[in-house]
Amino acid sequence: MSDLTKLTIAEARAGLEKGDFSSRELTAAHITAMTASKPLNAYITETPEQAVEAATDSDTRRAKGEAGKLDGIPLAIKDLFCTKGVLTTAASHILDGFTPHYESTVTANLWNAGAVMLGKVNLDEFAMGSSNETSYYGNVVNPWRREGDESALVPGGSSGGSASAVASFSAMGATGTDTGGSIRQPASFTGIVGMKPTYGRCSRWGVVAFASSLDQPGPMARTVRDTAIMLEAMAGFDPKDSTSVNMPVPNFEAAMTGDIKGLKIGIPKEYRLDGMSEEIDTLWQQGIDWLKAAGAEIVDISLPHTKYALPAYYIIAPAEASSNLARYDGVRYGLRVEGKDLNEMYANTRAEGFGAEVKRRLLIGTYALSAGYYDAYYLKAQKVRARIAEDFKQAYLNVDVILTPTAPSAAFGFGEKGDDPLEMYLNDVFTVPASLAGLPGISVPAGLSTEGLPLGLQLLGKPFDEETVFRAAGVLEEAAAFTATPTDWWRG
Amino acid sequence: MGMIIQGATGDWEVVIGLEIHAQVTSKSKLFSGASAAYGAAPNSQVSFVDAAMPGMLPVINEMAVEQAVRTGLGLNAKINKFSVFDRKNYFYADLPQGYQISQYLQPIVGEGKILIDLKDGETREIGITRLHLEQDAGKSLHDQHPSMSFIDLNRSGVPLMEIVSEPDMRSPEEAAAYVKKIRSIVRYLGTCDGNMEEGSMRADVNVSVRRVGEEFGTRCEMKNINSVRFMQQAIIYEANRQVDILESGGTVEQETRLYDPDRGETRSMRSKEEAHDYRYFPDPDLLPLEFDGAFIERIRETLPELPDPKKARFIKDLGLSPYDAGVLVAEKEVADYFEAVAEGRDAKLAANWVIGELFGHLNRTGKDLADSPVEAPALGDLIDLIKDGTISNRIAKEVFEEMFDTGKKAADIVEEKGLKQVSDTGAIEAAIDAVIAANPDKVAEYRGGKDKLFGFFMGQVMKATQGKANPGVVTEILKPKLDG
Amino acid sequence: MSLDKATVAKVANLARIKVEEKDLEPMAAELNNILGWVEQLGEVDTADVEPMTSVAEMRLRWRADEVTDGGYVEDIVANAPSGEDGYFAVPKVIE
Repeated sequence: MSDLTKLTIAEARAGLEKGDFSSRELTAAHITAMTASKPLNAYITETPEQAVEAATDSDTRRAKGEAGKLDGIPLAIKDLFCTKGVLTTAASHILDGFTPHYESTVTANLWNAGAVMLGKVNLDEFAMGSSNETSYYGNVVNPWRREGDESALVPGGSSGGSASAVASFSAMGATGTDTGGSIRQPASFTGIVGMKPTYGRCSRWGVVAFASSLDQPGPMARTVRDTAIMLEAMAGFDPKDSTSVNMPVPNFEAAMTGDIKGLKIGIPKEYRLDGMSEEIDTLWQQGIDWLKAAGAEIVDISLPHTKYALPAYYIIAPAEASSNLARYDGVRYGLRVEGKDLNEMYANTRAEGFGAEVKRRLLIGTYALSAGYYDAYYLKAQKVRARIAEDFKQAYLNVDVILTPTAPSAAFGFGEKGDDPLEMYLNDVFTVPASLAGLPGISVPAGLSTEGLPLGLQLLGKPFDEETVFRAAGVLEEAAAFTATPTDWWRG
Repeated sequence: MGMIIQGATGDWEVVIGLEIHAQVTSKSKLFSGASAAYGAAPNSQVSFVDAAMPGMLPVINEMAVEQAVRTGLGLNAKINKFSVFDRKNYFYADLPQGYQISQYLQPIVGEGKILIDLKDGETREIGITRLHLEQDAGKSLHDQHPSMSFIDLNRSGVPLMEIVSEPDMRSPEEAAAYVKKIRSIVRYLGTCDGNMEEGSMRADVNVSVRRVGEEFGTRCEMKNINSVRFMQQAIIYEANRQVDILESGGTVEQETRLYDPDRGETRSMRSKEEAHDYRYFPDPDLLPLEFDGAFIERIRETLPELPDPKKARFIKDLGLSPYDAGVLVAEKEVADYFEAVAEGRDAKLAANWVIGELFGHLNRTGKDLADSPVEAPALGDLIDLIKDGTISNRIAKEVFEEMFDTGKKAADIVEEKGLKQVSDTGAIEAAIDAVIAANPDKVAEYRGGKDKLFGFFMGQVMKATQGKANPGVVTEILKPKLDG
Repeated sequence: MSLDKATVAKVANLARIKVEEKDLEPMAAELNNILGWVEQLGEVDTADVEPMTSVAEMRLRWRADEVTDGGYVEDIVANAPSGEDGYFAVPKVIE
């Protein structure tokens, strides 16, 4: 039997249906790959025994003709999703030993569709980061290396463990969450596909909150089709989430018709940054040409407030986080560091439990909401956010989707952007605006950098029009024909 | 009447504003499906949402919205069709989220007004600033362990209405009347049970003093007072404390103070006060709360008659005094009881019986109206016996006593004890003749002009008949006989 | 606007994060670096703009008033670092 880990979800689904192999075999192959991928540090918690059990159940269901849409497909779950009975850490020391007695809606939806959990994957602490260097459980390593260079590279973040697991073939797909680019940017850095749905499409219930008005779960996999298959299972109205939208979930896979004739593709001039690397610009142009060749109409658009998205984001997200993370106080779960009184216990627990980047953002967020500064920072940022959303609204009067690069660079090395947080924040420059506007976006691997690293292009859609995003992404993927994979150096 | 404190340097006026926290009557919590009932085992009425487990999200209870609107209508207040839930951020052991979901700049109910009932049937208008919905916190128990406080989250997330008054009150009595009136209104509406002992109604009291007619002074807030009596004591102590400071040339600092009922004093809670900065911002887990006019109208149609209109009706239609009417409408149960007694009867007589005899007996025995052994129809029957001349008012009081003690019916008691009033002129005339015959000197004196002695003869006749003689009939026969 | 050491200490206290005295100064510098960069938001004209608080154009949904949750004290306290008899326990609070 050929290596089952190299299959796409769509291929595996077909193979399972035909009886070419069982879910137990498919899962076993991935457990082996997961074990072998330890040098990548993608997984925080591996659950091989539960995976085998779930795969066995899946085979039983299939034998009875009761297989679900993702039945028997082994997936990795970002460790921000609460999973009943399985350690959930948010990659933070402060959640030490926390085992939820409940299951997040999105993962519950996946298990209802028959999916198999391989384990919980690493991330930036509380999803705050763009390089997966802030995890309490250590850095995640990108399976990709520069040509002729053995130095380790970051997988991007915050869903770096998800990206690394999928890119290293130790999971067929993974859940991610995207607050300012946390699905799309690591997808770009690791040569996979990452889809952030419209805010409200996937339930946030049971997902550890970072910034509530921005957080959105989404799928990461190796093909556009695979993300479409996954999203269909993950999405859906959830009465337990007041921001979940009560709309039917379309058949996203069926939306991938391969036909984008007449589709209007917007190219925002503000995304052409000063000093942007030549190869990113070239790749973007290549993407434009591919879509044009497929019959799409290219339209130059303007999103005038683009440059203010990042600073607005870095007020709004930390402000919400400063409140969302107040519950980590050492009283009901997780780490507690004693002190002489209650307040000292809080301060000690939170000082030891949170890492440097989380603390930095909590302090910024606390300051931005504090008396005398609320109007100047938080309120101002929310107004700028409204302007950014309005920019997109105007643009979408004339176009159907927007094409941009996903990130301003390829994956970089550990510590390369450590000194100045601002330099790190710039990684999200292309992904944050759509997050602020709540729009769906996908990163599709489109080429290799001169150093041999994957680069992604981003397609952004109208609210709840993931179908058009998938349709255009499918065409882009086919045109790019990105087939490169990292060498499996980590297998030793 | 305002409270004036006479200081060494002149008179000071007391200014009081109140924030009342009233627990919304509902089955479940404001943002979770856990029970909001009182008194369960620790943490047994707590959902993952109430315990602020990671990833948990709030979903609003429609009943809380409806009850807030209903209360707003009862307070004659503006209902805001668009309001916003904000997070009030602070750390405390019994606040699991690290923030309370409340309403800050845009509350569900805006300005309103109510009338408070003062002595002698007087009323005064007090302004309502706003009413908003918010979550209650859990409970800390400090006396269970030598070095630990225990946390019970059963109350965490229970829906509260915070009702904020204008600083319109000028005396402890007015503050007490205000609390009583709010309690009365929410109980009429069924939006809060008003139980201060169980904490379903608590008040934060803001007190300041000023020279009469001048600008407001700096206020101090006393939190979580759960009895009207303590509140009045706290106001008196605090107002005098502030006057003492001001008269000695000091300044009052704006702060939160704790009232200690054991010592009868307020003291600073500065430790808790340090660096309070609640960092309010709209809760991103929730959207603005919106409803239309039809929703408000549907609720308005279900409003019961409230104490003020009811009082007006009792005065106008039933001819009651403002005082009696005020007493009878204060509690909905009392008003309902009274109306059942008064139905088809002499309303004033019914009022006298409810306020005089019934309340007197309830007070003496420490019973609530709900446990009264004499129910409204039974009291009505008793009044009927007076009206139709079966028994006298005096006998009726005896009968009531018996009814209250035994729960028996009035007619049965009258029958058993042979208390029926004697209106038989023959029997009464015989008794009168016997009394006249036994007191020749008194008869002579009476006839000599000592009219006052008529009462003596009445008394003797009543005594001879064991009080059962119909006093009207006695007078009718006695008068001509004495006049000779 | 620029944060000084004292402000950082105040903010850290509000956030209940212990920051060592020696770290206040560097932290102030880091935060000022970020806040200085955020200042550019001032360039955007937001005079007539309503602040955005939600991306979803929908109304808040209401839940029926039914008891559907709770009643599982063991699950609630299962992860607690300290507690007894169904309570959570914290260092004694003196009021």
